[in-house]
Amino acid sequence: MIIVVAIMTAGIIFGYLIRNKNRLIKLNDKLIMWAIYLLLFVLGIAIGTNETIMKSLPTLGLKALAITLGGVFGSILLAWFTYKVFFKNKEQQ
Amino acid sequence: MKGSLIILSFFSAGLILGYYVDLPDFLINDKFSSYALYFLMFLVGIGVGADTRAFKALKSYNIKIFLVPLTTIIGTAIGISLIFLLIPGISFKESQAVGAGYGYYSLSSIIITETYSKSLGVVALLSNVMREIITLLGAPLIAIYFGKIAPICSGGATSMDTTLPIITKASGKEFAIVSLFHGIVLTILVPFIVSLILSL
Repeated sequence: MIIVVAIMTAGIIFGYLIRNKNRLIKLNDKLIMWAIYLLLFVLGIAIGTNETIMKSLPTLGLKALAITLGGVFGSILLAWFTYKVFFKNKEQQ
Repeated sequence: MKGSLIILSFFSAGLILGYYVDLPDFLINDKFSSYALYFLMFLVGIGVGADTRAFKALKSYNIKIFLVPLTTIIGTAIGISLIFLLIPGISFKESQAVGAGYGYYSLSSIIITETYSKSLGVVALLSNVMREIITLLGAPLIAIYFGKIAPICSGGATSMDTTLPIITKASGKEFAIVSLFHGIVLTILVPFIVSLILSL
C-alpha cells in the first residue's frame, strides 16, 4: 500500500512541476489510456486462465450489482440531505 | 460510455484468449502486472498534479464544496454497510474496498487485483462500471427526486469526465464546477482509500 501511495504522490508532484507543458500532459493522458487497456487485457487473461473464477462469474456479477446499488443509493440519499441542509437555502438567497 | 465499452472489450478479449488459448508464461506473470500498475499509478499522479482545474474550482466556490465528495464517501460506505448483510460470500472489508472505487473502475479493479485478489478485482471492475452506467441513465431522475447534488454523488469519480455532460444537463450549469471538483477529488482519493481499506 505504501508503495502505491508513494509512487502516486511522486507523480502528483512531478505533474505539478510540468503543469504548463501541454504536449507532455497530452502524451501522459494517452499513455494512461493505453496502460489501462494493457492492464485490463492482462487482468482478462489472468481471469480467463483461472477456472474457479470463470465458473463463478455470474455470482461475481450479482455481488457487484448489489454493492453498486448499495453505494449509489447511500450516496444519493446522503446527497439529498447535504443539498437540503447546505446548498438549497443558499441558492434562494 | 464509449470509453468503458472499449475498456470492457479489452478485458473480454483477454478473458476469451486466456480461456481458450494456451499462453506463454510471461503474459500470466504476476510481476509484470505489478510493475505495470506502479507505472500507471505514476502516470495518474502526473495527470492529477498537472490538472489545475481543482484549484480554480476551489477559488470560485467556497470550502463548502468539499462537502460533496465527503457526502459520496460517507454515503457509499453507509449504503454498502447496509446491503453487505444481504450479500453472501463477501466480507465487510471487501465490499467497502469495491465501493471505494467510486466508479473509477479501471484503477480500482487493477489495484484490488494486484494487492488483494483476482476475483475481487473482477467484482470491482463490474461494480464500478455499473455505477457509471446507472448514473448515465439515471441522472435526470435522480436530480428530480433527490436534489441537484445527488447525480454528482451517484457518478462518483466519473463526475469529472464521462458523466459530467449528463450531470450538467440534469443539475444545471451552475453545478458543473461542483461536479468537476468532486470528480477530481475522488479520483485522487480512490487509490489511497482502496489500498487503505485492503490493508486493514
